[in-house]
Amino acid sequence: MLTEQERAEIEVHAACYLHRRAAGPEALKVVQAHRGWVSDEALADVAEALGVTATELESLATAYTMIFRRPVGRHVILLCDSVSCWVMGYERLVEHLRSRWGVALGETTADERLTLLPAACLGACDRAPALMIDGVLYGDLTVEKLDRILEGLK
Amino acid sequence: MERPLTEHIRAEGEPPTLAEYERTGGYAALRQAVGKMTPPEVRAAVAESGLRGRGGAGFPTGKKWGFVPTGPGESRPKYLVVNGDEMEPGTFKDRRLLEGDPHGLIESTIIAAYAIEAEVAYIFVRWDYQTAAARLGRALAEARAAGYVGRKVAGSDYGLEIYFHVSAGRYMCGEEEGLLNALEGKRPTPRAKPPHPPVVGLWGKPTIVDNVETMAWVRHIVGRGPAWFRGLGRGAEGGTKLYGASGHVRRPGLWELPMGTTAREIIEEHAGGMRDGWSLRGFLPGGASTDFLTAVHLDAAMDFGSLEQAGSRLGTGAIVVLDDRTCPVGFVANLTAFFARESCGWCTPCRDGLPWMARTLRAIEEGRGEAGDLALLEEQTKFLAPGNTFCALAPGAMEPLTSALRLFREDFERHVAEGRCRYGRAGE
Repeated sequence: MLTEQERAEIEVHAACYLHRRAAGPEALKVVQAHRGWVSDEALADVAEALGVTATELESLATAYTMIFRRPVGRHVILLCDSVSCWVMGYERLVEHLRSRWGVALGETTADERLTLLPAACLGACDRAPALMIDGVLYGDLTVEKLDRILEGLK
Repeated sequence: MERPLTEHIRAEGEPPTLAEYERTGGYAALRQAVGKMTPPEVRAAVAESGLRGRGGAGFPTGKKWGFVPTGPGESRPKYLVVNGDEMEPGTFKDRRLLEGDPHGLIESTIIAAYAIEAEVAYIFVRWDYQTAAARLGRALAEARAAGYVGRKVAGSDYGLEIYFHVSAGRYMCGEEEGLLNALEGKRPTPRAKPPHPPVVGLWGKPTIVDNVETMAWVRHIVGRGPAWFRGLGRGAEGGTKLYGASGHVRRPGLWELPMGTTAREIIEEHAGGMRDGWSLRGFLPGGASTDFLTAVHLDAAMDFGSLEQAGSRLGTGAIVVLDDRTCPVGFVANLTAFFARESCGWCTPCRDGLPWMARTLRAIEEGRGEAGDLALLEEQTKFLAPGNTFCALAPGAMEPLTSALRLFREDFERHVAEGRCRYGRAGE
């Protein structure tokens, strides 16, 4: 069941569009902001709130990279794997994240601390290689800098 | 040298508040437009300026606006959409405008909406631009409180509501019709054309979709006139352009320069040239969906016409440099993998062709290429050429690949013949 808070937030978004169904991506983000991911049950509840079928909403959820249909770790790392970051050596970061931090692309650590996901160009090509952690952008990364950032996380 | 778009953008910290923005002349063009000009006059000014879309396609903005049915009795409501779904690999220009000058974008959006007689505007921003989203949200609240957005824009009879949409992340949302579908709560796939969005767009109503950098010009063109705009460019094309450079240059960055500045000036002067030990092999002039150019094209003017003559496109104006120590096959394999992942699956050649090509390129890069792979890749580029898909994603993906197969042929052939890549890992 959606909480009162979630319902209220979804209604704010629904009012911005001609039809309620248009608030699908925003509504899924609301649930995800509160719960960390979107379960089948939550997806069905959001669908009902917007007057669409769960299948329709699922087709939307799976179109977007930032809607998580599986649980993620406490910190989500979005690692840019597009061309400027590749030229500047992002693969070194992937290797380091696996060997030093035990997390491979598309995976979550056993202690549920870190999830590592590949990301389309983050628009920070002048600071390549770059990544985002929990919505915060970090650029000009080296393995040493990445270690300091990850050590600072809870 | 004038830098209208970035003049008041600060290197660090928060963007100008409403009061600060107004002190530098902000919202004066809006007052002038809604107070002293008719919508056709605003449209005429933009058309006369010759402004062309800065999102990649370069379509004349005034011409696009001219397709919108206007006047009494026409279909309502009408919509204006600002495309801030910047995700073209190598491109980071709209980020600067969204983060640094939110009021400038909002003022231009209101004027553009007035020009096409729209009642509702959406500003669409990608998920990852969180800082931009927060700043735009604050600026929009300030603009609304000051009466620039709402039932009586700047005290006039014109009413406009602006909504703000933060995407859930997909490259296809930056495609004009994918974006409209996304706003309607559908999967971001392209639509069949015609009809085009200026006639049948969001929820079936006339809709103009313009890129952030394109939109940012509207207030300046209205405030200072089309002749001033045309005079800013070096050649026939007016305005300035936000040019970027990334890769192994000394100072990767973004610069607002006259339209038609050469690639050599951008790379050698502004970006400081190549880093010691690296030299230029080629470059994408305007993001991932443009043909490679090489050193012989460094003196080409970076404008729409000149780059087309050189065999490429201005695209987003974001230069990505390929250096002599980076494998061209790996470079193109990376680009193709991006496009394959971002394909929405709507059209068969794109959905099935791109992943196959990405795997083939990866195999060649890793020394598992087979005789005949290059001929097959070339054949595929024709299946993904314009006309076979509903949108430009796949044809765009073919531009760097086709040109790389021609310009860096010996690298592809050597990978297949030797069964290995001679280059070290990228970045080392």
